[in-house]
Amino acid sequence: MADAPPVLRARPLSPHILQWRWHITMATSILHRVTGVGLYVGLLVLAGWALALASGPDIYGTYAGLLGSLIGKIVLFGVTVCLFFHIANGLRHLVWDFGKGLAPRTADITAWIALAFAAVAAVGVWILAGVTGALGA
Amino acid sequence: MSDFRTALGRARGMGSAKHGVGHFIGQRVSAVALLLLTLWGVASALSVAGGGYDGARAWLASPVNAAILGLLIIVGVYHAGLGMRTIIEDYIERPITKAALLILNAFVGWGAAALALVSILKVTFGAGS
Repeated sequence: MADAPPVLRARPLSPHILQWRWHITMATSILHRVTGVGLYVGLLVLAGWALALASGPDIYGTYAGLLGSLIGKIVLFGVTVCLFFHIANGLRHLVWDFGKGLAPRTADITAWIALAFAAVAAVGVWILAGVTGALGA
Repeated sequence: MSDFRTALGRARGMGSAKHGVGHFIGQRVSAVALLLLTLWGVASALSVAGGGYDGARAWLASPVNAAILGLLIIVGVYHAGLGMRTIIEDYIERPITKAALLILNAFVGWGAAALALVSILKVTFGAGS
């Protein structure tokens, strides 16, 4: 009795991430975090825009020129993709919070819908921007 | 069997911090608000982008635009701050690094929000009647 070693129960462990087969719900889960970080950046860009607008035409012109450059447009398009994916996948999360849509097949289907929506909505908004002249000059 | 606490956690017997629900609800309520605010933001960006400096000033001179943009910034920083906090807490193990990044998260987010809000007010109040 006195010789008994202190007992530490083995704690439950999940397999390392590399042990999982890639599946679509895993990809959308990871993408939700990645796009969230992207939107954090987008929020800082938006705050910078307001600051530039309050700082006069010269600074605003420089800032708008940065956003309108090729790199700026790539960043803004990325933020658009992040936004629409995060919205669609966030809606999945809100539905799950009510205990609905958690069956594997349903979750797979809504994952693909979220991805497709993000692509279509982002491209659509940028086509609209091109048509309305928002991308010009 | 369903007790996943460590031996030390069981001995202390303090349970959870009882603050998790606030984060959970705040994240979701702000998510619903941001669904509307960001869609408004996309539509606004489309209408403002081609108008140059004067067009943007005129757009922000509207109290409605200024108020909704301010809400977008505030609720966005709140929601993004909660999300970034979760990411930091999940992936950063070292307590000092974790604390430093959590503080940085708060400083960057609310610093940007303060700058943006004052800027919005400056433009909208400076626009005259």
